[in-house]
Amino acid sequence: METDDREGNRMWEEDSSPKHLLDTMFARGIKRKCFDGEEDIEGTLAGFKSVPSYNLQRQSLLDMSLVKLQLCHMLVEPNLCRSVLIANTVRQIQEEMTQDGTWQVINAQNTGQASLDRLVSSDILCRSTKEQGEGKLVPSYSSFSKDFEDIQSQDIISDLSTVASVQAPRNPQSNVWEMENPQENRGNFQKSLDQIFETLENKNPNSVEDLFSDVDNSYYDLDTVLTGMMSNTKMGHCDVLESFSSQTTTNSNSNCKSDINELDHIVEILVES
Amino acid sequence: MIPGIGNLTQDTLWCFSQVKGTIDIGVTEADIISTVEFNHTGELLATGDKGGRVVIFQREQESKNQLHRRGEYNVYSTFQSHEPEFDYLKSLEIEEKINKIRWLPQQNAAYFLLSTNDKTVKLWKVSERDKRPEGYNLKDEDGRLRDPATITTLRVPVLRPMDLMVEATPRRVFANAHTYHINSISVNSDYETYMSADDLRINLWNFEITNQSFNIVDIKPANMEELTEVITAAEFHPLHCNTFVYSSSKGTIRLCDMRASALCDRHTKFFEEPEDPSNRSFFSEIISSISDVKFSHSGRYIMTRDYLTVKVWDLNMENRPIETYQVHDYLRSKLCSLYENDCIFDKFECVWNGSDSVIMTGSYNNFFRMFDRNTKRDVTLEASRENSKPRAILKPRKVCVGGKRRKDEISVDSLDFSKKILHTAWHPSENIIAVAATNNLYIFQDKVN
Repeated sequence: METDDREGNRMWEEDSSPKHLLDTMFARGIKRKCFDGEEDIEGTLAGFKSVPSYNLQRQSLLDMSLVKLQLCHMLVEPNLCRSVLIANTVRQIQEEMTQDGTWQVINAQNTGQASLDRLVSSDILCRSTKEQGEGKLVPSYSSFSKDFEDIQSQDIISDLSTVASVQAPRNPQSNVWEMENPQENRGNFQKSLDQIFETLENKNPNSVEDLFSDVDNSYYDLDTVLTGMMSNTKMGHCDVLESFSSQTTTNSNSNCKSDINELDHIVEILVES
Repeated sequence: MIPGIGNLTQDTLWCFSQVKGTIDIGVTEADIISTVEFNHTGELLATGDKGGRVVIFQREQESKNQLHRRGEYNVYSTFQSHEPEFDYLKSLEIEEKINKIRWLPQQNAAYFLLSTNDKTVKLWKVSERDKRPEGYNLKDEDGRLRDPATITTLRVPVLRPMDLMVEATPRRVFANAHTYHINSISVNSDYETYMSADDLRINLWNFEITNQSFNIVDIKPANMEELTEVITAAEFHPLHCNTFVYSSSKGTIRLCDMRASALCDRHTKFFEEPEDPSNRSFFSEIISSISDVKFSHSGRYIMTRDYLTVKVWDLNMENRPIETYQVHDYLRSKLCSLYENDCIFDKFECVWNGSDSVIMTGSYNNFFRMFDRNTKRDVTLEASRENSKPRAILKPRKVCVGGKRRKDEISVDSLDFSKKILHTAWHPSENIIAVAATNNLYIFQDKVN
């Protein structure tokens, strides 16, 4: 389990804990609008939609899922089944948000600058060597996070959302994952996810591809992608979070270096063998 | 009472028999049991743990003096099956945790089992040695070589009894065939081949050949971006050596016939229950992911376990299961929390009893559940040290969902989610069960009158 058991092993002793509130919010939502005889508290979407907090809950779920995709044990290869299930959940939420038009709302407020596309793509890939070349992402952390927090109300889930929002950079300038068409949010999200996978598979198209042309690409597969970057493998759980929130260019440079170092390391092994 | 046939609550009372493992409050990670399996006669019980060790218990012969007690299981052999490894290319560790153990049927005096971690399957031979040769000519009893000049007579070495020694030796190592993590192994009924399944591929092996395996299922998409489904479990049919099933993270089961084609990417049968639209939520897919699939002993049914239910399917009916049992439906309203703390990804296993009339699976708070398919009764029992007096009858437990909690009930919010029973095993012909609770192995038997 990722989260620690704070008070012994009781999961829900602290009534004010975010998870408990999420559960009760889901439950409360349904009770207000519950159809007669409906047992399932998790509830139908129809039941939720009229509840004001539904969007908030859904957003937290999205944030939580994105955090989960990134923060995995880097020492051991992560569980592919878990990653796939979480990624599918993220896609599901995004699809619904697109259909709802909520997706558009968020984009409008960010006035074409950052988008949740970038939330996903940039977070997961903000340390890839390709991105370092652009060099535009990192300074934007603080401004985006502020916008993001404005969208959501400052309430009990703020802990969870703060973590996620801090990770989302804003990139006003052109970016590898720039949306060509703001209307096609859904397609673009999918495209971003795809681009994540693709970018990771061809980690550095110029030199690396030549070096690894004989190597089975499956080594750099979905599992690596979904859990973050190859370059993060040496970082622990806390390090990743800290580096996200430190918001300095030096951070990005050092990660660029660690990328290159790792590349050297790999080349060394190949050459020696 | 006929052994192996259970009629719950009326005839079967489960009693504590034994518990293996330490009572320490702090659990060493390496001691956490990760798999439990009886052999085909039930004489041996094997466990694998996170530290890569295998411990085999053997049932002692029942003595005529103790008719009220069935044979106890005592440690027979312990060995280190897998060691941690490091994948230099990916800079990642390969865990030594034993994911599965499967026994081979006994064909001679030795016992054989397959054990696997995420990447490598090993065939172990466990054999007894109770005699040793004595009276060599060229060396003395300590093993030191004798000076040939001092040898004046010749003698024939004889075998003399010695203290029983149980040796485990690795006979085959089946490596480098899996890019992804192995989740299942299954011995074929031909006893010549077996399969190993990882997240995206299933390979067929011959026991004698370790440097080659035959890929029989490959669901890896050409474009990894399109990956939305993985293989979660696989098993051979118990009687038909050409048939096997595998389950997926989307709650589907595919039955394949190896005679149809070399690569069994196209299934022969496809089992899926239509989704209940009223129950739909963002967690629907996750809780539908199948964590275990098991053929019945008869080969007529398959049982699947997903997060909240156990289902029994008739091989002849693909569009829905014939039976569905709720394991812990009270968790349905807690799915968000369980997603947050990752418990929703716990992989529970399920088992049949010897006669396929009762099925068993684990839950949280060290609870485990049994469902009688004939009487439709079910019972919740607990594996805990408090109920560990010899031959103490286990009291049924109950979780109360809301409102007034009765005296012996436990409320959903008080459940301990770190105490999960993922692995259980049922003796092939008797009512003896082994339940793994973190680092302890509990053995329960039905009450012998």
